[in-house]
Amino acid sequence: MKTKKSLLQRYAASPYMVWSVLFVIAPLLFVIYYAFTDRNGTFSFNNFSRMFSGETPKVFVISLAFAFVSTLICLIIAYPLAYSMIKTKKKTQNMLIMLFMLPMWMNFVLRTYAISFLLEDRGLINQLFTSIGLGQIKLINTSGAVIFGMIYNFLPYMLLPIYSVMSKMDKSLIEASEDLGCNRLHTLTKVILPLSIPGIVSGITMVFVPSVSTFYISQKLGPSDFTLIGDEIETEIKSAAGSYNYGSAISFVLMILIFICLIVMNKFSDEDAQGGMLV
Amino acid sequence: MKISGKIYIGIIFAMLYIPILVIIFFSFNSSNSMAVFSGFSLKWYGELFKNDKAIDALVNSLMLAVSSSLIATVLGTAAAVGIYNIKSKRAKTAVMTVTNIPMMNPDIVTGVSIMLLFAFAATLLKLEIFGFFTMLIAHITFNLPYVILCVMPKLKQMDKNLPEAAMDLGCTPLQAFFKAEFFEILPGIATGMLMAFTLSLDDFVISYFAAGESFQTLPIYIYSMTKRRVLPDMNALFSVIFIVIFALLLIRNLMTKDSSNVKKAVNR
Amino acid sequence: MRMENVLLRLENISVSFDDDLILNDISLEIKDKEFVTLLGPSGCGKTTTLRIIGGFVNPDAGNVYFNGVIMNDVPPYKRPVNTIFQKYALFPHLNVFENVAFGLRILKKPEKEIKQTVNEMLTLVNLSGFSTRNVSSLSGGQQQRVAIARALAVRPKILLLDEPLGALDLKLRKDMQVELKNIQQQLDITFIYVTHDQEEALSMSDTVVVMDNGCIQQIGSPLDIYNEPKNAFVADFIGESNILDAVMKEDYSVSFAGHIFKCLDSGFAEGEPADAVVRPEDIDLVEPEKGMLSGTVTSVTFRGVHFEIIVDIRGFKWMIQTTDYYPVGMSVGLVIGPDDIHIMKKSEYSGRFGDYSTYSDEIEELSENTEEEV
Repeated sequence: MKTKKSLLQRYAASPYMVWSVLFVIAPLLFVIYYAFTDRNGTFSFNNFSRMFSGETPKVFVISLAFAFVSTLICLIIAYPLAYSMIKTKKKTQNMLIMLFMLPMWMNFVLRTYAISFLLEDRGLINQLFTSIGLGQIKLINTSGAVIFGMIYNFLPYMLLPIYSVMSKMDKSLIEASEDLGCNRLHTLTKVILPLSIPGIVSGITMVFVPSVSTFYISQKLGPSDFTLIGDEIETEIKSAAGSYNYGSAISFVLMILIFICLIVMNKFSDEDAQGGMLV
Repeated sequence: MKISGKIYIGIIFAMLYIPILVIIFFSFNSSNSMAVFSGFSLKWYGELFKNDKAIDALVNSLMLAVSSSLIATVLGTAAAVGIYNIKSKRAKTAVMTVTNIPMMNPDIVTGVSIMLLFAFAATLLKLEIFGFFTMLIAHITFNLPYVILCVMPKLKQMDKNLPEAAMDLGCTPLQAFFKAEFFEILPGIATGMLMAFTLSLDDFVISYFAAGESFQTLPIYIYSMTKRRVLPDMNALFSVIFIVIFALLLIRNLMTKDSSNVKKAVNR
Repeated sequence: MRMENVLLRLENISVSFDDDLILNDISLEIKDKEFVTLLGPSGCGKTTTLRIIGGFVNPDAGNVYFNGVIMNDVPPYKRPVNTIFQKYALFPHLNVFENVAFGLRILKKPEKEIKQTVNEMLTLVNLSGFSTRNVSSLSGGQQQRVAIARALAVRPKILLLDEPLGALDLKLRKDMQVELKNIQQQLDITFIYVTHDQEEALSMSDTVVVMDNGCIQQIGSPLDIYNEPKNAFVADFIGESNILDAVMKEDYSVSFAGHIFKCLDSGFAEGEPADAVVRPEDIDLVEPEKGMLSGTVTSVTFRGVHFEIIVDIRGFKWMIQTTDYYPVGMSVGLVIGPDDIHIMKKSEYSGRFGDYSTYSDEIEELSENTEEEV
């Protein structure tokens, strides 16, 4: 059947498509081009062989580990937080959500700066420690500070999707489960948890991706010789000594890695949703 | 259970807000100490407003956010309408996959990729092109998917017969869009534009790669300022930004509350 | 001879979607000022037919003529037809007055005329005094009226109505049926009405077009359709009917259920198999030995005006409507007069609609489904 489409309907997306080809697809092709060529523009795998022989694999592993840990902690903090929030009055909930979004609207450079201000050797916390006789403790420029920075910056991204799934959940489902003899814990594990999986999945994605690719947090809060994959890309691309080719190769690998993670996550959530349905 | 929940919420909020409040507090410090409050003063605010670079960066950020969100909203709304009307499932999936790329890709990869494109164009044209326009293009590019994703659900929710009814009553397709469809998807367009505006103001990573020497936005300026040292006028800037955002959010909340009250009254 | 009178003509229209044939070579003529109903089960192609007339769907083959002029490529906004959509499609951002005025404003009518026409239309649909109301604050029936006023305000030659009463409750639906018919007669324009409700179709229309499976099964007046259905589908879809395998003995004589009946039908070959329709209200019940056929009552249902009883005659379950009560298990005789019998040619539908052994298709489906689940 040919439902009549007007010219408007047929061609409204064309400018966008052209835009996407020019500024989304073409740039990615450049990344691939640079990744698979050397300085003179001839095809080569040198960037990749260099990558796997040097320090870069270790940097990848560290980045993934840091992102994994901070994502996990975000989840552990945010899930009970969302659960506690939906138990409060609607008015309180709106207020809390606004307060939660407020720091998120601040630039993350500023947020990171706020933490560093607090954690500085001469900062407020250390001042407090000294005054109660604990002495100065190394807070800034540690791995712990990097993890804290990631959690501080990205926690709202975990909370919001979980909260929004939970708040849209039909309250009668919870009542039904209690009616059918589930206690609070069972209601949580058998009803609320399976139903909030989509929120958890998007929360994990939204925290993991920026954590794994950050470069400012590690520079500002991490030890001086500390490098995450984002830092390595930044140095290669932005500093005079770096190479576009090598930076592109790392970017390319990072991108592939993240897409694989996303696909796995989506598979996981789909299957789980179906599984939940069957039960 | 209930009380422990409240305490838990309280602790997390304390964790979130203590660094912010500390900075605001110390922005009024008369010395530049990070731990000792030596007396109330507006000295750092005065310095901030004398800082041309910071003011320039702020103006640049606003200019960029307004223009990129406007263009992204127009392009993105048209795109959503077009994509919504694509018949072939495969073509639709293809377009939506491309739409998802900038959202799924780490910002740093998007930034690097777009910078490589501009660098290539610069050597080709033998021009220094990094500046406002490269930033504009970069911002529109990462804003577009969000606009599309805000408008699309409104199109799906809309009664399909509405534009048909308008055409049935004599509207050309273009008139039908502006007289019927537009009002239905307007909330989506508004949310999309607001989101584009804030994303644009907030973006650091992509801007960092697309920016040149000549054009700095506020996040880039702050980045360059805070990379090594802590400067008290940054505290003042931080506080100003915080207060402005707080006020905006509060107004928005009050506005949505008002409109929902009006709606309820009408329904009664 | 009546050609001048034809306002709209569909000629050999075919439409398919993904290999599914939705309309199969439809031809139809609609006269000026006629109330035509397209009647059929869901998926029969009636709404698609309406959308072709409205200009929202392009046929794969065939032509649409309006006043003898081909109209295939004329866009909806240039067609002299207007549509009442199933869910009304009122513009939520406009109030009642502005909704009705919408088409007039597009036509750039002067403000005075717009005001006059809108008020006229709102009076016509009994909504005067509602002009400043928000459409979302109206009830379903009121929204329906606004939709009618909006479509009529631009003075269409044909009004298309796509199951307009589907969302209303029974009582309101009956009232609106009468009102729609009145409006049509008052304005003297053509209505093309789509419904799956046979009662609605019979009570409102001048002409009923029965559709199934993308084909027109029968076109005729409500009386013709009811009394002389063309095939087993029409007989079954319109009203209740006992449909039996029959053999024409000769003109005016037919054999079914093991008995030879006199009838009014002729023109069949001798010994030609056919389908015989006997409406339940046409059967008289007598004592078993006095009847042409006899059997046992297997079920009785009180329907208010009458009893609906099922009589088993040699395994075939007849439905009979009678004002007298017959208990289950009683033996009864059936008398069927010549004018109670209607003979139809065999068709693809023969044998698909049988007796009343399973009372309702729905219950049948339900029980099938439960079996599957178990």
